[in-house]
Amino acid sequence: MNILDRYHAMEYGPAPEARNEADAWLAARDFGKALFIGGDWKAASGGKTFETSEPSSGKLLAKISDANAVDIDAAVAAATKALPKWSAASGYQRAKVLYAIGRAMQRHQRLFAVLETIDNGKPIRESRDIDVPLAIRHFIHHAGWAQALDKDFPGHKGVGVVGQIIPWNFPLLMLAWKIAPALAAGCTVVLKPAEFTPLTSILFAEICERAGVPKGVVNIVQGGPEAGGAIVNHPGIQKIAFTGSSEVGKIIRKATAGSGKKLSLELGGKSAFIVFEDADLDSAVEGLVDGIWFNQGQVCCAGSRLLVQEGIADALIAKVKTRMSRLRVGSPLDKNTDIGPLVDATQLERVKGLVAEGARQGAVCWQPDAALPSSGYYHLPTLATGVSPANILAQEEVFGPVLATMTFRNTEEAIELANNTRYGLAASVWSENVNLALHVAPQLKAGVVWVNGTNMFDAACGFGGYRESGFGREGGREGMFEYLAAKLPLGQIIKPATTSAQPVEQADGSAIDRTAKLFIGGKQVRPDGNYSLAVATAKGKLAGEVGLGSRKDIRDAVSAARACRGWPEATAYNRSQVLYYLAENLSGRAAEFAARLTELTGASAKAAREEVEQSIERLFLYAGLADKFEGRVHQPPARAVTLALHEPVGVVGIVAPDSSPLLGLISLVAPALAMGNTVVAVPSERYPLLATDLYQVIEYSDVPSGAINIVTGRSAELAGVLAKHDDVDGLWVFADAETCAQAEAESIGNLKRIWSGNGRGLDWASDEAAGDAFLRRAVEVKNVWVPYGD
Amino acid sequence: MSSTIREADIGSSKVTPLPARAAANTAVPPDHRIARNPGMKLDLGFMESVRSVNRSALERRVASLTKRRSIKADNQAAWLLRAVACMDLTTLNSNDTEERVRRLCAKAINPFRRDIVEGLGISGETIRPAAVCVYHPFVTTAVDAVRGAGIHVAAVSTAFPHGLAPLSTRLQEIEASVRDGADEIDVVIPRGLVFGAKWRELYNEIVSMRAACGDAHLKVILGTGDLATLRNVMLASMVAMMAGADFIKTSTGKESVNATLPVGLAMVRAIRAYFEETGYLIGFKPAGGISTAKASLDWLVLMKEELGRPWLEPDLFRFGASSLLTDIERQLEHHLTGHYSANHRHAMA
Repeated sequence: MNILDRYHAMEYGPAPEARNEADAWLAARDFGKALFIGGDWKAASGGKTFETSEPSSGKLLAKISDANAVDIDAAVAAATKALPKWSAASGYQRAKVLYAIGRAMQRHQRLFAVLETIDNGKPIRESRDIDVPLAIRHFIHHAGWAQALDKDFPGHKGVGVVGQIIPWNFPLLMLAWKIAPALAAGCTVVLKPAEFTPLTSILFAEICERAGVPKGVVNIVQGGPEAGGAIVNHPGIQKIAFTGSSEVGKIIRKATAGSGKKLSLELGGKSAFIVFEDADLDSAVEGLVDGIWFNQGQVCCAGSRLLVQEGIADALIAKVKTRMSRLRVGSPLDKNTDIGPLVDATQLERVKGLVAEGARQGAVCWQPDAALPSSGYYHLPTLATGVSPANILAQEEVFGPVLATMTFRNTEEAIELANNTRYGLAASVWSENVNLALHVAPQLKAGVVWVNGTNMFDAACGFGGYRESGFGREGGREGMFEYLAAKLPLGQIIKPATTSAQPVEQADGSAIDRTAKLFIGGKQVRPDGNYSLAVATAKGKLAGEVGLGSRKDIRDAVSAARACRGWPEATAYNRSQVLYYLAENLSGRAAEFAARLTELTGASAKAAREEVEQSIERLFLYAGLADKFEGRVHQPPARAVTLALHEPVGVVGIVAPDSSPLLGLISLVAPALAMGNTVVAVPSERYPLLATDLYQVIEYSDVPSGAINIVTGRSAELAGVLAKHDDVDGLWVFADAETCAQAEAESIGNLKRIWSGNGRGLDWASDEAAGDAFLRRAVEVKNVWVPYGD
Repeated sequence: MSSTIREADIGSSKVTPLPARAAANTAVPPDHRIARNPGMKLDLGFMESVRSVNRSALERRVASLTKRRSIKADNQAAWLLRAVACMDLTTLNSNDTEERVRRLCAKAINPFRRDIVEGLGISGETIRPAAVCVYHPFVTTAVDAVRGAGIHVAAVSTAFPHGLAPLSTRLQEIEASVRDGADEIDVVIPRGLVFGAKWRELYNEIVSMRAACGDAHLKVILGTGDLATLRNVMLASMVAMMAGADFIKTSTGKESVNATLPVGLAMVRAIRAYFEETGYLIGFKPAGGISTAKASLDWLVLMKEELGRPWLEPDLFRFGASSLLTDIERQLEHHLTGHYSANHRHAMA
């Protein structure tokens, strides 16, 4: 073709990114010694390797050391050895290292980008303009956190040695999200990249060598499931951070149950992309390109469910199709490529299978008329219309360039459809009406909401999910907490409850018989099973009987808690006043509660008075904090504000301890209520009468029905029921170790947020058993991105 | 190819072919087959449906657009030639003289050094700016100078650059320019009508300007740098097209902010919406501040991505530019020799 032909054709033609530097880098490495442990490059002790190949051609790139459990032991040992010095280093020293990493990455950013594209298949534009700059930004941002640690996180210290397992879709970026906050917090790291994409992590390890990262602070072990399993189960690791599928996330949750390991999970999603009739439709279409056709749709927060208002549906779909036909599918190293290959043949088969199944279930699947390259794992961008909520394409995370579309009639239905999913990672809301957008954003069950945008990320703004998209946040202040441990005042080891002989002798025969009931939905109700549990006084006599709550009572209590909208939707000021009023009313009956404490626990009159007084004080504290533990406003390096909102977790189960039976219960229930959660409380198994006395106070304190529900009974059994209930969003368990471990293991049905004392209580009377550490457990941080400009 | 690509590739074209318009100069390019926009009644409801323009989203789109497409080697040379073919080579200075205008026209007729033409192998086709653009007093000079070269003569009329003369005066200026031989008239809108949302008045003014143009093509300059919001840009674009504009144009070059890509994106989306509504293809002319070869490629990419191949022809796309041509020549020389060139190695306009 001569220039005149090209002048008439006006095609882009190929614009290949040079790969010679990357190829030279590949050729110069011994990937048989690819384990970076304690600052040395090691071969896998088992001598095994795995292959990494190029998705655009299927060609072998390298054979990489495949770590086994012995190698993980060595890495953990190296990290453990490096920990004391690194965690004791000044914030400034750690900041300098993080800064050096960021700058060194900047100096090699094109090599990173080209390697990433070769290994993963993502278009070079994305690795060059998005992945690598964001990764660099993460390190430079976290250099600041390292130095600000003492000031901004008083009473916290680094959690220790952390194990991190990352996926193949954003290999370098996920590495940065994991390593930067860990190093800033003073942790040392054992990180395992995905088998499909080891290369940039190896280059990163080389950068660490040159940037002055002390040996053993960063260990990068290449490997597969065996290495991953060894990390998850390693007793020398204090925290696991995982990004990947919900399926594997659940396995990790179960495997770490009872281990005391801190855990953060960033999992799958089926994020809604909601377009209202007053949206800038052309821009919404570009949003979809950035949403579902970014990285071939292999993005956990991909806007894979398009919800469009009926009146504009046809117009929008027409625009989407036109835009899709301009997407260029081709070599990822070509600068003009919009869509590269999927990462692997298995992924391609999976996506094809889901599309076929979606079509079988009634979706109309449309693809632009474009040729695919002859080799490589390519999949055309696909639009599925007429997708019912029951269709597999609406339910399952496809992790491919497939957009499922459905329509809605009004705002309420849009929200309902958006939330009709087990996931809760992200959502986009498109409307030119800021009133509408900011009305909808808080109602979406998603950790990130983009208004008139999509897939916007920044190191200062937390990222993470609700529901089965995992828990924990990455980035920003909340991300730092994931690598820090609060110094809470530990209490005694809790022994399993033993069924003691039932007391028979009435303690005080003169009073009129009283029946303590369960408190569900604002009403005193008898237990479903109609059995009772005798409660003994400290002297072994019969103090009374309480209902023996069962799984059905928990079911009813959770329903009541879920149905209660008056509490989560109340203003913080309103909640504050109710909690004050509760304190006021408890104060009016202080003597009675103190007497009950003495009767049941044998506490001295003075100690009992003090516990009641402290309980009132704690209610007062949380009443006052209800409107103060607020979110933040971030200003990312874009013309946008990001509102980090504190939202209630939802329905929170609380299994309260026997020690300090009133104060312990209130110390847990009050912060949960203060943040707008509704609560299903299982009070102390031995001293439940304090809770049944308390519901009388609750009844006349203007607490909306269902905000607090109390189910007495066997703590271990009821904790298990709560753990397995998939409509419970959070569960706090202060019980014996086995009950805690079991609750953690059984929480995987819906990946509820678990806070367990791991078999230990807290010193509830301590002033430190209150405050932000509790409130933080009571909220989800939702980051709402609001770009602006007119 | 040059004479057949005349159907929009967005949706089904409702274009009715009209006879080729008569250019002031004789050698009309054979491919002017765009059905001329007859305009439509002022439809405020339609305007309401397009008023949602989200600035930050448009800014993000143009930021990634120019990174999503890269044009290399021979394609780059071809695209730069295209930029020249879509150029209104312009001089609009208060110190313009007839001689200056003649020099500009000479450059338009002979835009490239002979060795560049031969090196690129393009001597088989005449590639030169589509028009020269001058103030009204120089129209006759320009018409004489480009006669027979197939170059249109565009006049900025209507009290350029502010448009604040009485309407009758402005219409007379158009008529005078047309009489003198200008076949393209670049008019400015009084920006105050946009701020006052006086759409009817604006519409009526443009309708009468179109009538005054007769067969000459009407390019409506919005003065986007003055319009403050992209929503205003969108709405003003729509009014101009409804009133019968053949082209909508960003700037006079005299506002403090010239043609920017976000503004361009809003305008090309307006063109697309108008096309989808009426089936008529409206031209687009960014002007002011486009002075580098790289920038011209960005604009061409914008047109191709948002509107498609038909908008890479001079009857639907023009750059208003003065120094751009020299930078393109330098790039073309570099393409041939591998040496970076200097301005003084290329004949000035």
